[in-house]
Amino acid sequence: MSVNASVTDTGPVPATRDERGAPVKKRRERGGVWLTLLAWVTGILFVLPVAWMVLTSFHSEADAAQNPPAVFAPLTLEGYREFFSGGASPWPPLLNSLTASLVSTLLVLLLSFPAAYALSIKPVKKWTDVLFFFLSTKMLPVVAGLLPLYLFAQNTGLLDNIWLLIVFYTSMNLPIAVWMMRSFLSEVPVEMLEAAAMDGAGLTRTLRSVIAPVVLPGIAATALICFIFSWNELLFARVLTATVAETAPVFLTSFVTSQGLFLAQLCAAAFVVSLPVLVAGFAAQDKLVQGLSLGSVK
Amino acid sequence: MTSVAEQTDSRAGTPAPQPGSARRATAWARRAPLLPALIFMIVVTQLPFVATLVISFMDWNAYYPEERGFAGFDNFVRVFTDINMRDAVWTTILLTAGVVLISLLLGLGIALLLDRKFRGRGAVRTMMIAPFLVVPVAAALLWKHALYNPEYGLFNGALTWIWGLFGADPPQPDWISNMPLWSVIFALVWQWTPFMMLILLAGLQGRPLDVIEAARIDGASTWQIFRSMTLPHLRQYLELGALLGSIYIVQNFDAVFTITSGGLGTANLPYTIYTIFYNAHDYGRASAAAVIVVIGTILIATLALRTVSSLFREESGR
Repeated sequence: MSVNASVTDTGPVPATRDERGAPVKKRRERGGVWLTLLAWVTGILFVLPVAWMVLTSFHSEADAAQNPPAVFAPLTLEGYREFFSGGASPWPPLLNSLTASLVSTLLVLLLSFPAAYALSIKPVKKWTDVLFFFLSTKMLPVVAGLLPLYLFAQNTGLLDNIWLLIVFYTSMNLPIAVWMMRSFLSEVPVEMLEAAAMDGAGLTRTLRSVIAPVVLPGIAATALICFIFSWNELLFARVLTATVAETAPVFLTSFVTSQGLFLAQLCAAAFVVSLPVLVAGFAAQDKLVQGLSLGSVK
Repeated sequence: MTSVAEQTDSRAGTPAPQPGSARRATAWARRAPLLPALIFMIVVTQLPFVATLVISFMDWNAYYPEERGFAGFDNFVRVFTDINMRDAVWTTILLTAGVVLISLLLGLGIALLLDRKFRGRGAVRTMMIAPFLVVPVAAALLWKHALYNPEYGLFNGALTWIWGLFGADPPQPDWISNMPLWSVIFALVWQWTPFMMLILLAGLQGRPLDVIEAARIDGASTWQIFRSMTLPHLRQYLELGALLGSIYIVQNFDAVFTITSGGLGTANLPYTIYTIFYNAHDYGRASAAAVIVVIGTILIATLALRTVSSLFREESGR
């Protein structure tokens, strides 16, 4: 490449020289190989722990505890077998997590869609204040509300009840959903709404044939993100549940202290519990930032 | 956040002169869809804070139920004079600042790498997002046992392997004991870099490319373009990433709880309040600490929001 460059005299050109287009492009291409390589190496480094988790989950306990690591050890389902039928069954916690996440997500959608409608399509007065009220609840540390909720649950017999978690997760995700939904709803062109009103379309018809086509993908993304946050939550689930309503992250905390040879089982558990989030996250990949930045970055 | 202000005028104005009662009726019709969500949020998030405030002035320990009563500012004095609390404040600041800064810088670098077109760009992007999609407890467990463990963790395994190539005795550090806070920070940086990267990548892709092309034709170097065009454009996104990252990481409980169980000087505020409440059952003191954290958060959040909005105004006024 350097020979070629010296012959055609398009090699390293000083930036001041007025040589348009070609030399600059050439220089970028050469650096490009290294930058591409760097991008790949970085990507692989970041995904490595996840890949290692998946690989180890398919190793036997003895192979998983090797040092140096036994990368090419034979694959086995031992870890999964041990996780699912070794000790306490993970199914009730997994089902609890699923219930809490699905029901709270549904509640969030039911509450946030009308709210977002009243903040964008037909906005109330001072709608920015309302919007920032929702945001402010997200900034307050959740740990400050923990004790009253615990005492409330204790006095009403709701401790270790999945419905309490559902209500809390709904409040945790509602601000995110309102912000996201509002940003999706404000993408509905005003002219289309006006045209629909002119044609005498009622609310149901406007919702179905004007608003729905524009915002449905956004609603799906909102739902996936709310699902992820509910599924991941640990602090409240740990304090407010015990044996009956225990969720999957709480179940995972039994792995905090090491217990002899348990790495393969731990990796299997971590992978199983993360699987729904990985699936939902990759499905919502494009809207992930929008959700996490509360709809402010598109 | 930025799109809010711009849209204020387009829809809010529906000036139809109506008699008072009819106008009030329309106003309520507009408000009605908002009310369920608003009332729900006030009940579930604001009432508990009021309760926390009340309890913070009470002498209330679940172990001594008969001694419950008004305590004045005792709890606050105890919180302020508690050396563990002061350590927790410091730890929280270090942890949050460390994770936010490192993941923001790494995220910026990776976003710049991914902003180019190259073979497998989509694959690299997908690989980069994966850490963010591991359940936080699972990720913390993974780092604690599968990576940091001195005997069979991947880090020391890699050291053994590399040193083995040269036939030397590998160092086998106990990562978590040697650098507990950094262990937590690194695990969190790994999870949060993808988030920063995604925000910054979105920012990079919103750049006006024609202006950059023009600058390049005029002979501006890559560094000059980055410094005087890309960075100013990204500023807003960097601030947004820092703000959101801080909001989420200040509250981190999972990583501290899992990796070090708050030991070795890694107990941050959420973890400390959790122990005062969950282990010591000192409800009054836990509430006082919570109230102080809330006040601190409000101060910082207001400051941060004001900075962001003023910077934004400054930029658009130019």
